Amino acid sequence: MEWDWTFVRDIMPLLLDGLRLTLVATVLGAALAAVVGLVFAVLRRSPIKAVSLSTAAVVEFIRGTPLLVQLYFIFFVLPDVGISLPAMTCGVIGLGLHYGTYAAEVYRGGIDNVAKGQWEAAKAVNLTKRQTWVHVILPQAIPPMIPALANYLVAMFKETPLLSAITVLELMNQAKSIANSNYRYIEPMTLVGVFFLIMSLISVAFLRVLENRFKERT
Amino acid sequence: MSEPIIRMDSISKRFGALTVLDGLSLQVRPGEKLALIGPSGSGKTTILRILMTLESISGGHVEVDGEQLFHMPGQGGLVPANEAHLHHMRTRIGMVFQHFNLFPHKSVLDNITLAPILTKGVSRRDAEVKARELLEMVGLADKASSMPSQLSGGQKQRVAIARALALSPKIMLFDEVTSALDPELVEEVLNVMRRLAAETDMTMLLVTHEMGFAHDFADRVLFFDRGRIVEEGAPDEIFRHPKQERTQTFLRKIIAAGHRV
Ligand SMILES: Nc1ncnc2c1ncn2[C@@H]1O[C@H](COP(=O)(O)OP(=O)(O)OP(=O)(O)O)[C@@H](O)[C@H]1O
Ligand SMILES: [Mg+2]
Repeated sequence: MEWDWTFVRDIMPLLLDGLRLTLVATVLGAALAAVVGLVFAVLRRSPIKAVSLSTAAVVEFIRGTPLLVQLYFIFFVLPDVGISLPAMTCGVIGLGLHYGTYAAEVYRGGIDNVAKGQWEAAKAVNLTKRQTWVHVILPQAIPPMIPALANYLVAMFKETPLLSAITVLELMNQAKSIANSNYRYIEPMTLVGVFFLIMSLISVAFLRVLENRFKERT
Repeated sequence: MSEPIIRMDSISKRFGALTVLDGLSLQVRPGEKLALIGPSGSGKTTILRILMTLESISGGHVEVDGEQLFHMPGQGGLVPANEAHLHHMRTRIGMVFQHFNLFPHKSVLDNITLAPILTKGVSRRDAEVKARELLEMVGLADKASSMPSQLSGGQKQRVAIARALALSPKIMLFDEVTSALDPELVEEVLNVMRRLAAETDMTMLLVTHEMGFAHDFADRVLFFDRGRIVEEGAPDEIFRHPKQERTQTFLRKIIAAGHRV
């Protein structure tokens, strides 16, 4: 079987469309994960035992079950209880929830790593809770979190093909349907690999820049 | 005779089953310099932390500058203080910690100006002018743009003192501010504190194991043991003629351990 450039040119628009959906899912999923993670992290720090413990249980549950199962649940099971959402929305929710639990752990570690004396110093100079978070705690907690968050972002990106299982026409799904209808796998699948590799490399480079930027500021 | 600026009335403090302070009462006059001495675990730090509201109390009342610290007037008497009341009370009190607790991500200047700008609405310009004056006073005028990690322990502690002073508190709390320092750096910090004691009318509470310094610095020395004030008096009385046996034993041990009196 030979590499066919004409075929590549023909399928490129469809593949790029798939890539677009993959990127949209990644960006929205990451944004949701960042927020969900923050909510989980804050709830876990709650002084109310019932809140912190049940949050811990939910987080453990989500982390301990496969993303694919969660996606199936959101897309195929929720409609039975009257919640039908578009496939893409389900995918973003699944990614956001799943990776939100990882983000929560990273946040928690980063925040716990800030010395206890910093909270006390902030209190002693009479900062409010909000000022303490914004000016003292987060600027120290965030930079060390960036490498771990970056790793999860890339991991999530590489897991987006799972969304094909719930009919999202992302990159992998597009490639599969092209391949199936043309009986040619080499070009679409190679291109999928290349796309993923390029995007991973770009995001890693971008996050390195971010990381250095934060380091300089501290 | 002026009203006491601090009035602690039958304070108790428990951590779980452990009683750290046990019905402690204490009055401090405005401008008074107090030295708190006593064996490890006797509750000296806890007193300061309570005054800074870093620690709550299990019983009793604390009055600072005529107002309740942990309570405020509410329906039919006193109710527990809310955040706003605590912020209101904290404006009168500053604290310097054993381990400095400078903000490591901020320059020396920003460490000092952060709180005045955020909490008192001082303009950055004015805050910086005052910060530079304070740095001058603690002998670090040339370190304004350094990061804390570039400073020695003694320098860090002097910045921490300047940071607390920038808010112009009426009361300053010093918790073993030299005990994390290399011996050769202790004196530079003590000198700053001597100047403060001599040149300001701030009320100062000092927890220390430096008996010589406590003697020179304090108007009154309190000897703590097991959450109680066992003996108090003028420095000469406590250090030269302690009456209580526990004070005598403590001072003997300290001297044997090589601290000068
Ligand atoms: N957060 C806490 N939880 C439990 N116990 C505590 C806590 N803080 C202090 N303690 C205990 O309270 C007692 C008094 O502590 P405190 O720090 O006031 O002593 P201290 O007189 O300052 O001693 P040192 O000279 O060693 O600094 C000690 O037994 C200490 O272990
Ligand atoms: Mg102590």
